[in-house]
Amino acid sequence: MTEMLTTDFMQRALLAAVLIGITAPAVGLYLVQRGQAIMGDGIGHVALTGVSLGFLLNTSPVWMATLVAAAGAVVMELIRERGRTRGDIALAMLFYGGMAGGALIIKLAPNGSMANLTTYLWGSILTVSASDIVTVVVLAVLVVAITVGLRRQLFAVCQDEEFARVTGLPVRLLNLLLAVTAAVTVTVAMRVVGLLLVSALMVVPVAAAQQVTRSFAATQALAVGIGVVVSLGGTTASYYQDLPPGPTIVVLAMVLFGLIGLLAVPLARRRHGSGAAARDLRLPAPRSGSDPAGAVPDDEQRLSPGTSLAQ
Amino acid sequence: MTTAPAISLHGAVAALGGRPVLRGVDLTVQPGEVVALLGANGSGKSTTVRTVVGSVPLQRGTLELFGTPYARFRHWHRIGYVPQRTTAASGVPASVREVVSAGRLSRHGLLPLRRRDREAVDRALSAVDMLDRAGDGVADLSGGQQQRVLIARAMVGEPDLLIMDEPMAGVDLASQQVLAGTLQQEVARGAAVLLVLHELGPLEPLIDRAVVLSDGSVAHDGPPPPSGRGYPRQSAGLAGLPDDDPALLTGQGCHPQASDDHHRPRTTAPGLLP
Repeated sequence: MTEMLTTDFMQRALLAAVLIGITAPAVGLYLVQRGQAIMGDGIGHVALTGVSLGFLLNTSPVWMATLVAAAGAVVMELIRERGRTRGDIALAMLFYGGMAGGALIIKLAPNGSMANLTTYLWGSILTVSASDIVTVVVLAVLVVAITVGLRRQLFAVCQDEEFARVTGLPVRLLNLLLAVTAAVTVTVAMRVVGLLLVSALMVVPVAAAQQVTRSFAATQALAVGIGVVVSLGGTTASYYQDLPPGPTIVVLAMVLFGLIGLLAVPLARRRHGSGAAARDLRLPAPRSGSDPAGAVPDDEQRLSPGTSLAQ
Repeated sequence: MTTAPAISLHGAVAALGGRPVLRGVDLTVQPGEVVALLGANGSGKSTTVRTVVGSVPLQRGTLELFGTPYARFRHWHRIGYVPQRTTAASGVPASVREVVSAGRLSRHGLLPLRRRDREAVDRALSAVDMLDRAGDGVADLSGGQQQRVLIARAMVGEPDLLIMDEPMAGVDLASQQVLAGTLQQEVARGAAVLLVLHELGPLEPLIDRAVVLSDGSVAHDGPPPPSGRGYPRQSAGLAGLPDDDPALLTGQGCHPQASDDHHRPRTTAPGLLP
């Protein structure tokens, strides 16, 4: 264990892993809450074009990926805001365009090759350079400041956007801030887990945590804890067993998800058995602004006399 | 204090998904007044309310809140909004306290929660008799309890105007009583209230005025329909309510839990259906 910590590259790798374990679930929480768990994946695809552009223009691939991913995330948010009509097609175009663009542009770069891209696609924590680590630290601090410092505000916006608007919050600004923060997180994490699996680290710890939590703040804290444990565990395992770190981290997260799920079953049973559980937990899907059915109350919400008296 | 109306909506025209829903609605709510917005399904009740809070844009017409045109209105803490109960439970767990605290954002905005905000959250929770459930997950509550949480969230900013969309829909009797009592206290405090209702029910004694919508227009604006009676339930698109005749508005009474004929005919051409 101590031997691992004496090497420079391993120190950097572990520092990066901790930062990613913190930031990815901290942002992913909001995406999961809004039903956009897959958004991190899309940003990852777009970021690939940024990486290739970095090679082509001979600038830092990480910074270039951050810029391009942020632009892509803003476009995705604007598409979401406009409503769902044809939005998923537009998003699909963005995803595939980002992937194809990245693969084509890298061929134009003088010293670029598919091998360069592969380290970004699958992650390669052991090649994190000293300058990379500075970038990662700066961006991670920014992400934590936003996702923890503005938790109440972002929670309100992601939970009930219509209500948040009536509180006078700058809803659009917060949505764009969240999109850019997600993009930054993706590029922070890509060196370690890789662009193809970055979304997993944003989603799986949150999914694991929310099986046993009852509050948003607790979910965030537990998800970050899980994120740090699996990132450190995965990185360490990859050092000793010569495994690719990204996939190791993601598989570890999935295993934790399963273990917590097993733990959650008796816990939930106890909670339900105490009589706290409701009979009509089911809520209708949130309305979008352009939904014509929005003017009509959902008749499934009318209780039959029997259930209402039983409450 | 200004004496301008809390809500002043004139000639409101609005559409949802290209389909016209409001065809020139006038609605005024004075400070301290309790107004019920009634009408058949699809008559535009919810759309009117969502126009007032800015969720549905006006195509034509004017909207002033407390005497300020909507575009310049910034005093959002004066408005408490209870949307139709669709959003209390989300993908990620949230506690009762967290949901209610969101209503306090109208006071502290982008700044952190302060002590007086926490105290207001406690007060709002005890007003709806949910303080002992503050740490519980919203998804673990019954429908009526969730509605109480949403009303606490609207009240926690101490608003001058409460806007509620079907607050009694799907709410058990115990919660209905808690809600009626809470609303009474808010009215006694001097808050104006705009309520979208299916029928007057237990809130009837509080209501100063009823506005009945029919097919996107105001069919009646005046005293609420007489006690114990609802208004005739009609599908949208059929003949609307007769104009300015309260006597005709009181057809068969309808029980809140009576089975509903909510499904409006979709605008799909019949020939396209299999």
